[in-house]
Amino acid sequence: MSFPWAKQYQPTSAVGKWMDERLPLPRFIFGALGPGYPTPKNLNAFYNFGVLAGVALVIQIITGVVLAMHFAADTRVAFDSVEHIMRDVNGGWMIRYMHAVGASFFFGVVYIHIFRGLYYGSYKPPREMIWMLGLVIFLLMMATAFMGYVLVWGQMSFWGAQVITGLFSAFPVVGTHIQTLLLGGYSPDNATLNRFFSLHYLLPFVIFGVIVLHVWALHIPGSNNPTGLDVKTEADTVPFHPYYTAKDFVGLGIYLIVFSAFVFFMPNSLGEPDNYIPANPLSTPAHIVPEWYFWPFYAILRAFTTDFLGVPAKLWGVLAMFASILLLFLLPWLDQSPVRSNNYRPVSRILFWVFVAVGLLLGVCGGKPAEEPWVRLSQILTAYYFAHFLIILPIVSKLEKTKPLPGSISEAVLAKYGKGGAAPVAQPAE
Amino acid sequence: MIRLGALAVGLLFVINVLWGAIAPREDAAPDMAKQLHKHPKHVEWTHNGPGNLGIFGTFDRGQLQRGFQVYKEVCSACHSINRVAFRNLADLGFSEAQIKAIAAEYEVAAIDANGEPTTRKATPADKFPLVYANEAAARAAQNGANPPDLSLMTKARPDGTNYVYSLLTGYSDDVPKGWTKPDTSYYNPYFHSINIAMPPPLSADGQVTYSDGTPATVDQYAKDVAVFLTWTAEPKLENRKETGVAAILFLIIMTGLGYLSYRKVWADIKKPA
Amino acid sequence: MASEVRQASADDLTPGGERRRDFLYVATAAFAGAGVVPVAWSLVNQMNPSADVLALASVDLDLSAVQEGQAIKASWRGKPIFARHLTAAEIADAKKVDVATLRDPQKLEDRTKPGSEQWLITLGVCTHLGCVPLGAAEGESRGDFGGYFCPCHGSHYDTAARIRKGPAPKNLEVPPYTFKSPTSVTIG
Repeated sequence: MSFPWAKQYQPTSAVGKWMDERLPLPRFIFGALGPGYPTPKNLNAFYNFGVLAGVALVIQIITGVVLAMHFAADTRVAFDSVEHIMRDVNGGWMIRYMHAVGASFFFGVVYIHIFRGLYYGSYKPPREMIWMLGLVIFLLMMATAFMGYVLVWGQMSFWGAQVITGLFSAFPVVGTHIQTLLLGGYSPDNATLNRFFSLHYLLPFVIFGVIVLHVWALHIPGSNNPTGLDVKTEADTVPFHPYYTAKDFVGLGIYLIVFSAFVFFMPNSLGEPDNYIPANPLSTPAHIVPEWYFWPFYAILRAFTTDFLGVPAKLWGVLAMFASILLLFLLPWLDQSPVRSNNYRPVSRILFWVFVAVGLLLGVCGGKPAEEPWVRLSQILTAYYFAHFLIILPIVSKLEKTKPLPGSISEAVLAKYGKGGAAPVAQPAE
Repeated sequence: MIRLGALAVGLLFVINVLWGAIAPREDAAPDMAKQLHKHPKHVEWTHNGPGNLGIFGTFDRGQLQRGFQVYKEVCSACHSINRVAFRNLADLGFSEAQIKAIAAEYEVAAIDANGEPTTRKATPADKFPLVYANEAAARAAQNGANPPDLSLMTKARPDGTNYVYSLLTGYSDDVPKGWTKPDTSYYNPYFHSINIAMPPPLSADGQVTYSDGTPATVDQYAKDVAVFLTWTAEPKLENRKETGVAAILFLIIMTGLGYLSYRKVWADIKKPA
Repeated sequence: MASEVRQASADDLTPGGERRRDFLYVATAAFAGAGVVPVAWSLVNQMNPSADVLALASVDLDLSAVQEGQAIKASWRGKPIFARHLTAAEIADAKKVDVATLRDPQKLEDRTKPGSEQWLITLGVCTHLGCVPLGAAEGESRGDFGGYFCPCHGSHYDTAARIRKGPAPKNLEVPPYTFKSPTSVTIG
């Protein structure tokens, strides 16, 4: 951390001093999440979602480790072992529902976190690396969630595995070989289930590692804020602890209330009933859909219905689906505006909300069967998705006339609340 | 360079997908099954609590026992509930002796002293046995149909409890014009493909004799067995809701205290001039 | 947001002179901490035996085919059970030992049911480190004292399955059981 006014860790006890000289872990935490991390004082509630995503991952890891104590990765008994958890393991139903609902909530939180970053320009210099590491986390999450869903070995698990690995068969020449390699056979079977279990257990810890990098990269420039302005003086910041720890605690409480409402009162509302039918390799469910958090990408996949330039529609769909995520890595260079926050970018702000609407509608289309009018709607929305990032944003960000920026974060806060001379003093209230 | 490349790729995808959007559509043949298909009827269940909200509410033990009776006397001829153990019947209010007696009515697979497959009387620790040893045996006995296990049925269908009730009471002889129905099937608009191989299982009032004075009607049988199958699919439903109410009350107080703390912490920053 | 102003500063001090906010923070942290307890317990409790395991906690044993001098093995809670039909000589042997000299002093009568003294039912788990002793099956070594012999570390048990020699600290454990008839028992 490079802010000269950042508080320095002072061990208060002999033990603390002894520890600090040998393993300065308390010093590290003090600087990362404690009073030693000066944070812009104007962060709003959307900035809670980073910490919440971390909490969601921890919930998934803890409940997942517990479930793995009872789960059996064998196609003959996998479904039975899940039902054994639901029926006979002490409190097993709660742990499994927390894990299943928790996956959905993890994605929900991360989506809000991503859109917050998009709105306030958190991907822009000097925070490109934070943004890209975040996208790596997002990709790892998708892989982990997909493989976890297969473990239950219900109908949607089986046909999800079949369809998603089938995406790779779209590639010419090597495609079917890749699919066979991924499945360890010609259809999802024991080999598939076992490798997915192994990787599903591994990847969350990889995600955890990338989160450490993500947070490390965050601490180089410090947090962005709703004005998008750089921190200039101590008056712009407050120490992370106790100010944001207190705020995150409230955010966590609200999150857990909503989470509990789903876990205890509608635990199956986010899932598909078909996955309570054991996998049957001879019968496909009438309407295969992935979990809701994949719907926008599923809609993009299905939007390509015509062969184009001699390339089959199936391959276009797969390429577009991968491209729709990978193009986000280029976003820091596609957006050329010198201003970060959309609060001061009138045209971009409208485009942002249009994009939110398009994303949500793509999600709706992805959850519907491949019928009109959903196919045509998803084609128009997909066109906008690509146009937004690759055509409109680069041009608009160049031409847009931005609103005047406040002189500093403090000035913006004062202007907003209409109060004069807020104390820059930021003493931890202990 | 990046932006030029992005522009090119963007145009490629956009033109491609819009080309698909303006491509003429073949008129899809109207799917008659879809038009005939009906969503489940809406019923107020005690286990969904006031307003059918699903927050409070417990199973009616008498209804669960009646539902089990309907299952046992009607459904169990073809359908198993293989994920339920006899010991679980304690949840329905049966005593240990009653459970032992019920279990003893069923035979489960065993190995005799000579290593030959045999059967023995079930004990409370056993699960309800399968009706057919495997799918092929079921299809052979059932005219090609495979009666599914019912343990998870209410969770394996959208709006499951209502679905079971609607399906059982939804048979009709009134086959619409233009709809083809093989003679071996029955017309039921609540079934996803309309033609169902299962003959109406609950056909007449009085088919099952209730001992608790509840009206012995087809409608009542269907409701009772739907609730019973809700329990077989989600035996921890009551436990789940109780835990949920306690957890949320706790969290509301915790969050309230946290909010007061937050206000105190931020008081210096947010105080007026 | 304009309402988020500090109400009164006098409230910040308790009569004891402590700042009141201290109490609020401590209360919040303590309350949240109390919530961790049931969560932690459910994460631990899931490791306890599940309902299906507990349901198998009793087993019926038919002794009618066991001849004098023979023993049978059964499985109870995943552990071996030895049921031995003692001969009159074995009973006499067991009774003549001076209990006071034993490492784990117990009479044969303490280890069998009254009226069914010839049935010695024990766990087949050596009390040293849990191996299954020899002696229940025909032709196996029965050790220096004619009962059971654990080959892992050389523990010898007598005809009442009491430890007589070797490292084991206790006699073979007698499980809870009841006779349903003279030749059938329910264990557990």
